[in-house]
Amino acid sequence: MYDFTYHRPTSVADAVALLGSDADAKALAGGQTFIPVLKQRLNKPSKVVDLAGLGLAGISLSGNALVIGASTRHADVAGSADVRRAIPGLAALAGGIGDNQVRHRGTIGGSLANNDPAACYPSAVLALGATIVTNKRSIAADDFFQGMFTTALEAGEIITSVSFPLPVAKSAYAKFNQPASRFALVGVFVAKGPAGVRVAVTGAGQNGVFRQRAMEAALTASWSPDAVAAITTPAADLNSDIHGSAEYRAHLITVMAKRAIAAAG
Amino acid sequence: MPQVTLTVNGKRHTVAVEGRTLLVEVLREKLGLTGTHIGCDTSQCGACVVHVNGDSVKSCTMLALQAEGAEVTTIEGLAKPDGTLHPMQEMFREHHALQCGYCTPGMVMSAIDLVAKHPEGLTEREIREGLDGNLCRCTGYHNIVKAVAAAWPLMHQKAMPQAAE
Repeated sequence: MYDFTYHRPTSVADAVALLGSDADAKALAGGQTFIPVLKQRLNKPSKVVDLAGLGLAGISLSGNALVIGASTRHADVAGSADVRRAIPGLAALAGGIGDNQVRHRGTIGGSLANNDPAACYPSAVLALGATIVTNKRSIAADDFFQGMFTTALEAGEIITSVSFPLPVAKSAYAKFNQPASRFALVGVFVAKGPAGVRVAVTGAGQNGVFRQRAMEAALTASWSPDAVAAITTPAADLNSDIHGSAEYRAHLITVMAKRAIAAAG
Repeated sequence: MPQVTLTVNGKRHTVAVEGRTLLVEVLREKLGLTGTHIGCDTSQCGACVVHVNGDSVKSCTMLALQAEGAEVTTIEGLAKPDGTLHPMQEMFREHHALQCGYCTPGMVMSAIDLVAKHPEGLTEREIREGLDGNLCRCTGYHNIVKAVAAAWPLMHQKAMPQAAE
């Protein structure tokens, strides 16, 4: 790992100032992707700005929204009684990210800002029609994810929380693990809530998370695994690698969607 | 050079580190606690698992400076001063849950955290899933799972509500 100076600001303003002070400054959330990247020397930051001291961890439930602070760890989302009650599929998703040790460090804000095309959280955020709140503005999930490892975040913009609209009538996530990394070979989040019926797919798309709109239409008409059983996803825009061909991933999308719908009840 | 102050196995240390220094490097190279192993160095094998503020974490995937003020427990901190093993260590021995021993410190640290956080009991499947951040090349895992199930009643000092197998 190349060396850098480490900073642990205690306010969002200080963090933004540090990030803005140097073009090669990088933000550190839970570090479960970023530190392995640094160890492989794939990134050479001059400054690493740890966001853990900003006081952005926490979960709050109001009548019409579940708000999760950006620094909230996966283990805390998975174990939260409020999340389990309001959006059980989201709690289950968080409880299946990586392994216990990753879940004890990794955060929702870090996952979303990185937008790994095989990460779990983007599927839930998109399917539930959540809003990503930053130090500058609120960004709808539909506008936030802009391709592989690419988001709407600007330089010096930090996610402070994620707001999930309520009530959510149905929610579930089904993931086919890539067994070594525990990232999603294909993951499908299905939801019925204020944003309507949505089906979001992670792990499969060349441009990261996407909505499967044909399945959404079918589920709007009839919420059942059978409703999507005959719906296929074109393989042309899907990833193909040593773990699975695009055709295999296309097949898995339908299988995982059916499992998620069954799990959502 | 920056300094980090942390408590390891009950003893407070202040150590000079670089920004890039990993927690595992402080433990092994600065404090001489070589029971915590570095296996894959790609954050996948779990040989480096320690407890930080009561949670199992990969010490190879945490900067030393992120541990400022933290309470860290390593494999060396488990046994009593008179040498009596922690129940999890004792059950690993009893059930022959190790062969080469390389993964064992991380496996034991993960297993203790898993059992402690499941007072409702653990099924065999839950134990296997709970240990999926720890890789073992020798044992085939079966005796590890047996050891963890056997340690549950000892750690909680009652019979496990759910049968592990």
